[in-house]
Amino acid sequence: MRKPLAYAALIFLTALFVAPFLWTLFTALKTKAELFAYPPVFWPADWQWENFANAWTALPFTTFLKNSVVVVILSTIGQLFSSSLVAYGFARFRFPGRDPLFVLLLATMMIPWDVKMIPLYMEFNYLGWINTLKPLIVPAWFGEAFFIFLLRQYIMTIPMEIDEAARMDGANAWAIYWRIHLPLMAPALVLVGTFHFMNAWNDYLGPLIYLNDQSTYTLPLGLALFKGLHEVDYISIAAITVILCLPPLALFFYAQRYIMDNALGSSVKG
Amino acid sequence: MEPTPATPRPSRRKARGAGITPWLFISPWILGFVFFTLGPLVFSFVMSLHDWPVVGERTFIGVENYTTMVQYDPQFWKSLWITVKFACLFVPLNIVLAFVLAVLLNLNLRGSAIFRTAFYLPSVISGVALATIWAWIYSNEYGLLNYMLSLAGLDGPNWLGDATWAIVAITIASLWGLGGSMLIFLAGLQSIPKELYEAARVSGVPPWAQALHITLPMLSPMILFTLITSIISAFQQLTIALLLTDGGPVNSTYFFAMYIYRTAFRFHDMGYAAAMSWVMFLIILALSMLVMRWSAAWVYYEGQVRKDDADA
Repeated sequence: MRKPLAYAALIFLTALFVAPFLWTLFTALKTKAELFAYPPVFWPADWQWENFANAWTALPFTTFLKNSVVVVILSTIGQLFSSSLVAYGFARFRFPGRDPLFVLLLATMMIPWDVKMIPLYMEFNYLGWINTLKPLIVPAWFGEAFFIFLLRQYIMTIPMEIDEAARMDGANAWAIYWRIHLPLMAPALVLVGTFHFMNAWNDYLGPLIYLNDQSTYTLPLGLALFKGLHEVDYISIAAITVILCLPPLALFFYAQRYIMDNALGSSVKG
Repeated sequence: MEPTPATPRPSRRKARGAGITPWLFISPWILGFVFFTLGPLVFSFVMSLHDWPVVGERTFIGVENYTTMVQYDPQFWKSLWITVKFACLFVPLNIVLAFVLAVLLNLNLRGSAIFRTAFYLPSVISGVALATIWAWIYSNEYGLLNYMLSLAGLDGPNWLGDATWAIVAITIASLWGLGGSMLIFLAGLQSIPKELYEAARVSGVPPWAQALHITLPMLSPMILFTLITSIISAFQQLTIALLLTDGGPVNSTYFFAMYIYRTAFRFHDMGYAAAMSWVMFLIILALSMLVMRWSAAWVYYEGQVRKDDADA
């Protein structure tokens, strides 16, 4: 008796969560007539795949995509490298001030972005970085508190004996990090890489503040540009929205196991 | 915010005292902290004590930005009130709905993994995509939502064009991304030992009492965490409001974060904007601390209970 009721609720809720995606996808494939039809047409009679090509050329989306890809790739590499380096430092050494520093690192996660937004703009402006992609890439090379925390917790689960054996063989601290811990951390790095990729790819406010020149825009800014055009072109907006959603969705399906394992408490180890 | 893995037990034999080596490893974060967190915080506070236009003379004015805000700026109070209203809608709904979804998933019916994925999907897409998706759903003439409502015999409002409903529309769109909170509750539910329910059932405790006396207390740390993170995100709400309503209609969704953003980057009054951002920081800090203190009355940690049991 309880089961069918729960199923009904789950299916209804799934429809609520998935329908907006499908509605957008189908909107992207409609003709103009279908777009404004009443009652609304859910399923386009004839799928207009050329809508995607038309939307892509309506604005310089190839440039926007290139900028997004540069930001995402360079910042993800930096984030993975720096956060794992710092995490290793906190996990495997004892040094004066380590624990208070780690608490400080955790505390920085509480600081709202709004407080840093204005001074960071001034700082990047002073460095001549406004209208370049640097403000979106360089900070990632200094690590991020949440990712450092996640990786440090992971390193702590790796037995110390492995480090000691390597040290007996003459490996120094760098070699132990680079040749032993980095490969061992792979599952946690997938998690960090996924989260960072999504943050960087999806970011709107950072680019909005640091980029004014269209030639430096990233995809989310490009999509938002559509709203400023004379005639609001819903079909093109829907098409670009679909394109913007695809990479994070694909990555999510790939990394889903790691995300769920991490969230649901079982070990991140593959 | 993502749920965090439990702290593993630190190894006793860890780590030698290694001079400068550990500092080299953590140096990226130290430098980042100085240049991208501490420096900006100090600088922002200094700015907040100045009349600081983007171009032109900067003058030290002490706390005048703060007093102006409180005494002579009606928009400050209006924006703050809109943000509080939004938080009052968003925070409880976010917690209750995420909780309900987690409970349904925790029944572990066949296909749960698929449902879980579906609920989490909106959390991985860009806020810009989220806003464009909902803009079209809310559309007054062509929107899916009002069509659905009309099928049910209801006359839907002009969601984004009506000063009363726009904030509700933003709340619903924001709630679509509750996947993160849901995962935290699900993790909590799955960590409750089954024996507790077993024992309760054997003693004839009815299901509603089990929910009240086992599930809720065991989940209270997660409820606290979600409460604090949703208050913080409610106060920082900006992307969706900028793109869905741009503050309108008639400034009914002119959130506090948006007022700060515009003061800085449209009105170019950097000092005043910095002062308002500090007010937001302090409000968030104060609210978090209040919630933490209040939570002592209802958050239940396992270690604590064992002590109570020992006393009994």
